[in-house]
Amino acid sequence: MPETAVLPVCDADVFSPDVLRAPEELHHVLRSAGPVVYLSRYDVHALARYQEVHAALVDWQHFESGAGVGLANFRHEKPWRPPSLLLESDPPRHDAPRRVLREILAPPALRQLREAWQQAAEELVEHVLADATEFDAFTELARAFPLTVFPDAVGLGPDGRENLLPYGNMAFNSFGPVNDLVKADAHRVAELSAWVRAQCAREALAEGGFGARVWAAADRGDLTPAQAPLVVRSLLTAGVDTTVHGLAACLYAFATHPEQWQRLRERPELARVAFDEAVRWQSPVQTFFRTATTDVTIAGTVVLQGTKILMFLGAANRDPERWDDPDRFDLTRDPSGHVGFGMGIHQCVGQHVARLEAEALLTALARRVEHIELTANPRRHLNNTLRSWASLPVRVHPGR
Amino acid sequence: MTGGDNVVVTLEISAKETVAEGVVALTLAHPAGARLPDWTPGSHIEVVLPGGTMRHYSLCGNRWDAYTYRIAVLREPKGRGGSAFVHDTLRPGDRIGVGGPRNHFPLAPSERYLFIAGGVGITPLLSMVQQAELLGAEWQLLYGGRTRASMAFHEELTAAHGERVHIAPQDEVGLLDLASWLGTPPPDTKVYCCGPAPLLAAVEAACAHWPPYTLRTERFTAAEQRAPVRDLPFDVELRRTGRTVTVTPDVSVLDAVRGAGANVLSSCEQGTCGTCLTPVLDGRPDHRDSILAEYERAANTCMFPCVSRSCDDRLVLDL
Repeated sequence: MPETAVLPVCDADVFSPDVLRAPEELHHVLRSAGPVVYLSRYDVHALARYQEVHAALVDWQHFESGAGVGLANFRHEKPWRPPSLLLESDPPRHDAPRRVLREILAPPALRQLREAWQQAAEELVEHVLADATEFDAFTELARAFPLTVFPDAVGLGPDGRENLLPYGNMAFNSFGPVNDLVKADAHRVAELSAWVRAQCAREALAEGGFGARVWAAADRGDLTPAQAPLVVRSLLTAGVDTTVHGLAACLYAFATHPEQWQRLRERPELARVAFDEAVRWQSPVQTFFRTATTDVTIAGTVVLQGTKILMFLGAANRDPERWDDPDRFDLTRDPSGHVGFGMGIHQCVGQHVARLEAEALLTALARRVEHIELTANPRRHLNNTLRSWASLPVRVHPGR
Repeated sequence: MTGGDNVVVTLEISAKETVAEGVVALTLAHPAGARLPDWTPGSHIEVVLPGGTMRHYSLCGNRWDAYTYRIAVLREPKGRGGSAFVHDTLRPGDRIGVGGPRNHFPLAPSERYLFIAGGVGITPLLSMVQQAELLGAEWQLLYGGRTRASMAFHEELTAAHGERVHIAPQDEVGLLDLASWLGTPPPDTKVYCCGPAPLLAAVEAACAHWPPYTLRTERFTAAEQRAPVRDLPFDVELRRTGRTVTVTPDVSVLDAVRGAGANVLSSCEQGTCGTCLTPVLDGRPDHRDSILAEYERAANTCMFPCVSRSCDDRLVLDL
């Protein structure tokens, strides 16, 4: 008989404001406790070490997404909105939506955006620097840039774009427990959902954008007409907040690591590595759940069929068993293999879009800014899933 | 249009069995017992043969088993030696290089499917049938072959699915009666066909009056090509390499860009496998592959330089 591992128990509220504000200590505790930890407060199993998180992410056969990737178990609980055909589905239903979106967001298809986005980034940086050398890098850059380029790329109309971030914030909160963060948005669920639903209709989307291309796939029969608006919705839910907070993570990293900023200025081609290293280091998406499809054994612990399993992507991305000096933001590191975009068949389908946005903004900044530093403590915005920001006050020294 | 990686891994043959006259099935596994890359129904893998050439075989196993791939190989007496090598030389315990998987034949959602298989063309349709079942779609399989004994998997299919499967050996009932099967398009139906080139041509002709995009085929031999758009030399600029090379009518773009120092992985060199997919930055390719759909050709964003050429004087590639 194999020895049965003793399952460590943790009674912390892993979605408490303190943990969401600064999760590193909890991550350390969970990684140290064992490969699988029982979270008694939520009656779920948790994985925080890289090896187990990575293994669970790629094993869609045993760890399903269709029962929801949040705490709610769709086997027993009604989802707050029709489940995502990408994030909250499994093969074979997952295949066609994934394939269509992957083709639309693949690097060859994005090439035509590159020049325009680079120019937009340069204009934004010029505009911000013309006004001041002290500003909030979160609102002026990290939030402003994706909102400048991404809705146009999707083909959204001009009205109501201010709803995008609140909708994403609400959606990412919904993966956690029904705590104060979720309750704070409750009064807007109907209104924001209706706005987003309206944007997903064929007639709402400009020709040539990502959204119109989703509908074109439906015209070819690669999706059904019922699937098309939900695939567009995935772009709007997952494509904005994640990038905004990923860019903020980059700017925070450079403001606190001046020598790394100098390295980027010398070698601007490192912009993409910088973005991935920032995603590893801050993990804008901190957590996702899976549900065990059968009784599965993880590192000696039997996890029963139907159990929710919480994967700490942020903890895995700083697991010292996987990364040397993991808490350091370091452009000489190869961040490949980080799980900040997930891994396996659900790995972020929009990651190339995010990298292109990051490359444009960082390249434009590196060209104009010699030095970037914090002028006050940055402020976090709390979200059940996202490691997000409210404010990143900086002073920059423009060159030229 | 792309799928899977270009990475070649070494896999071990864990089982080999004869599944019909002239057809062997191989089961492949990672020598260290690792997970294999995920695949979707319609995917194929590339098997590296001695000398470095590759052959493409559809995956016909169970995608819920992440640890083995299964392929079925027809001995082709007039082939180039690949199938003979698989039949006569490979044994359990041997190791071979495998590329992919990639999928140019994905199953699109539909209320109804008509699957048409000719001979060993049944292989990609096996997992599609399973998928159609899981999705609750209505489906039928029309499966033809020379003789019943030469038709792999027909007993399993009939046992599992009964009347949905129509077995039509040529020596018993003649050629597939495509006119009656494809005469009247039912609503919301897609036709998936894999088999020898004459069957594909016959099904294409029989579906000519069907709505666009309803027929989906898998080709392992190149489609017949019209003449190139131009017979004059053209220039290919390699934007990342920083060089421009002139391509004359007697060389492929692939050979020309390799000669100029670009590193492009290729496999079939017939425009059927998709390995050499190359992004196009400017210019209009003269597409001569058997992979891209019309809408993908019109986008001018990528090409397969092993067979495709240029409509214009100048083509700019992201190489």
